[in-house]
Amino acid sequence: MNNPVYGRPRLVMVGNGMAGMRAVEELLAMAPGHYDITVFGDEPHPNYNRILLSPVLAREMAFEDTILNDRAWYHAHGITLHAGQAVTRIDRARRLVHAADGTVERYDRLLLALGSTPYVPAISGAQLDGVMTYRTIEDVRAMQALPAGARAVVIGGGLLGLEAAYGLLTQGAKVTVVHRNPWLLDRQMDRVGADLLQRSLIARGLCLCLGAETEAITGDGHVQGLRLKDGRTLDADLVVFAVGIRPRTALARAAGLHCDRGIVVDDTLQTFDPRIYAVGECVQHRGLTYGLVAPLFEQAKVAANHLAQYGRLRYTGSLASTKLKVTGVGLFSAGDFTGGAGCEEVSLLDAAGGVYKKVVIRDHKLAGILLYGDTALGPWLFQLLRTGQDVSALRDHLLFGETTGDVRHGGGRAIDHMPEAAEICGCNGINKGTIVHAIRTRGLFTVDDVRRCTKASASCGSCTGLVEQILASTLGGLYEATARKRSLCACTDLTHDEIRDAIVTRKLLSVRAVFATLEWKAAGGCPTCRPAVNYYVRCAWPAEAIDDPQARLVNERVHANIQKDATYSVIPRLYGGVTTPAELKRIAEVAERYQVPMVKITGGQRIDLLGVKKQDLPAIWADLGMPSGHAYGKALRTCKSCVGTEFCRFGTQDSTHLAITLEKRLERMWSPHKVKLAASGCPRNCAESTIKDFGVIGVDSGWEIYVGGNGGMKLRAGDLLSKVASEDEVVELAEAFMQLYRKEAYYLERTAPWIERVGLDHIKAMTVENSESRKQLAAELRHALSHEEDPWAAALSGHITIHAQPLRVAEMTI
Amino acid sequence: MSVPENTVWKEVATLADIPALGGRVVATEGGEIALLRNERDEVYALDNRCPHKGGPLAEGTVSGDTVYCPLHNWRIDLKHGQARDPDVGCVRTWPVRLEGERVFVRLPE
Repeated sequence: MNNPVYGRPRLVMVGNGMAGMRAVEELLAMAPGHYDITVFGDEPHPNYNRILLSPVLAREMAFEDTILNDRAWYHAHGITLHAGQAVTRIDRARRLVHAADGTVERYDRLLLALGSTPYVPAISGAQLDGVMTYRTIEDVRAMQALPAGARAVVIGGGLLGLEAAYGLLTQGAKVTVVHRNPWLLDRQMDRVGADLLQRSLIARGLCLCLGAETEAITGDGHVQGLRLKDGRTLDADLVVFAVGIRPRTALARAAGLHCDRGIVVDDTLQTFDPRIYAVGECVQHRGLTYGLVAPLFEQAKVAANHLAQYGRLRYTGSLASTKLKVTGVGLFSAGDFTGGAGCEEVSLLDAAGGVYKKVVIRDHKLAGILLYGDTALGPWLFQLLRTGQDVSALRDHLLFGETTGDVRHGGGRAIDHMPEAAEICGCNGINKGTIVHAIRTRGLFTVDDVRRCTKASASCGSCTGLVEQILASTLGGLYEATARKRSLCACTDLTHDEIRDAIVTRKLLSVRAVFATLEWKAAGGCPTCRPAVNYYVRCAWPAEAIDDPQARLVNERVHANIQKDATYSVIPRLYGGVTTPAELKRIAEVAERYQVPMVKITGGQRIDLLGVKKQDLPAIWADLGMPSGHAYGKALRTCKSCVGTEFCRFGTQDSTHLAITLEKRLERMWSPHKVKLAASGCPRNCAESTIKDFGVIGVDSGWEIYVGGNGGMKLRAGDLLSKVASEDEVVELAEAFMQLYRKEAYYLERTAPWIERVGLDHIKAMTVENSESRKQLAAELRHALSHEEDPWAAALSGHITIHAQPLRVAEMTI
Repeated sequence: MSVPENTVWKEVATLADIPALGGRVVATEGGEIALLRNERDEVYALDNRCPHKGGPLAEGTVSGDTVYCPLHNWRIDLKHGQARDPDVGCVRTWPVRLEGERVFVRLPE
């Protein structure tokens, strides 16, 4: 489709708004220089962030701060911008776009991002001066020009209407909201929640006319008031319609493109004309139109992918939640929160505290969420809604959160009250003010954006929920969290699952092969995808995969744990935490010989030699003569044990023997994340088996097996997987469980979140109930482990190299 | 990059010494230097100390024009030694010359 005159194909975009420009930005990132790009926009400005108009109206922000792409940006990217020029006609036969001023542009691909028009009902007086809608910066300026003390009426008590009303209130106007339904925000709230909101709004000075319909707007040239159908009249100097939006389709209809309520597109955002794509509010996809920003951005990404001729992504619709801030009050709603026949409701109302929480449950699954006043649980509940998980076991704490007492990481309700200086990301020392500032000044919309620009939640990730809340609270208005498909990292658009499928079905045997076959955007990848892909390749093809040491991070490449001063720690394997005097002597001698600065017992009952220089590692390994404890790896770490029947007077089972056996059978196992085991000999559980990935507790009749426990970043008690009679059964179940985890969990996903994601029932079915699949999984793991060598021995015998010695400068110079 | 005064080209490695997408440490009298090689077989030399907390860049992840520090994932530009946004800092870089397989770095006499 190359243009014979210009060489490059020509992309014309009609519509210079957020959805369209996002598509262009995605396209530039994906396939720079692929097109000559021309953009037409009705408004005389560069692309600005419409979401932030409400803060501009409330004079909390300047318009300049909402500009997403200034003119210099268009220039720098070689994009021709026709701002303030309406497109009047599309000539599909000749592939031409005509603008009002006579400009004609030819296209090879056309992208329509026409947006929507505020709906104005056909009532008498709607054309008077002073009657307006709320969509553009011009509308904001008109509202700001209103003198203090003026009377304003907003028709429509939805999201946009309330934001307009709040903005006008801050201008010093006397504001009345006229709403057709008996309560405000009836698309987002039930009556109980709306009562709380209305009370709070009235306290701020807003007047409400509910259950009221406008019959006519009155005035002579300029608006003077309005008359309601029930006969009441209101005085008004300004009337704002905020009763909904309609997709702009006129241009597309006139060009003969198939339109219904919006321009009809398929899952690739293509219209019925294969050369024409459409994104944003003007689009109708699978019968639905979208008005909030996050789904539009998803569409933009997919459209860009197809315009770049990658042809890979599909847009399958967005499950949307509304998460917004109206006049300083948090609201989160999603799904069907009204309930009704066949549904159960769980709710909590604190009228004095202004908090209302409600979830609707259908068939043991979440069907709807409504949170008012305290929206901290929004992301967690939305996740439950999205995944369709059975919530029967969670019923009693659905309204209180995932864990109790975890104020810091659970988010609490405090985000709005938190001072600017409050630390959000403990790893990187980022406070709330820094994040809010970055969101405002740099036009950030997603957690990933915030992560990239501020580093908040970029390390351990436990503050992600807080960052989401700050996003919602800062963007307010139209911010929406959606169920987004998560790509592995910025180097690819593919998800973990898609990459693993490709590795298996296309037999990709190395990181290099994966990057080349799946068209990685950065040829070298990044520290997120390289280790993940290297693991996936080796997990899928244990005998044939080519391990890439440079795809491993430092610890797994050097086979020791790097410390803050670039020294390393050395932890040899002590099976089950059992050692001998001779072994202890040898360790002590090594520590003295190499002047190891610290010798410490670890939390997993092992001995740690800290402060070792890289140059000394091979010699220390040789002198120890012990296998690696894998304490540095995403691998089997330790099996902690208690004393058990051999010495303990309470012991009911030989836990040390089992611990040693388990560790020997599973050692050298690489996994999505670290794996910790424990074996306790009686229900006193001294080895803490219930906070381990796989923990065993001896009882009189055998062993209880717990999985998915975690004692680290996020405390979680393990789930009882099964109870078995013999040590052999424990081992086989351990092998099967580990192999299932290795095959199914995402890289860097511990067993705890994995189990929460896939459900314990699934794991039971695969490893307990179906003995064939258990044996199959166990055999797969044994096969994989048969190809693993002890890494320290491998380094000493030259099978792998850790580059322990530095290079030296040659004497010769030139 | 201006050539520092009183420096000469010194041979420090062969290309094969440096793993692709990885690095090696060169011990010099003035301290450790990280030799880093990207997917295009370009070689860069930087002081082996991340401007953040001194992490050994030679152990980092090399990709394209940057190396990610192994300690806290700071992203350092290979050409200029500048930390990538949002981090701020700079590490000294050294001129590198490849002659076939031989790697030279311009170091103090």
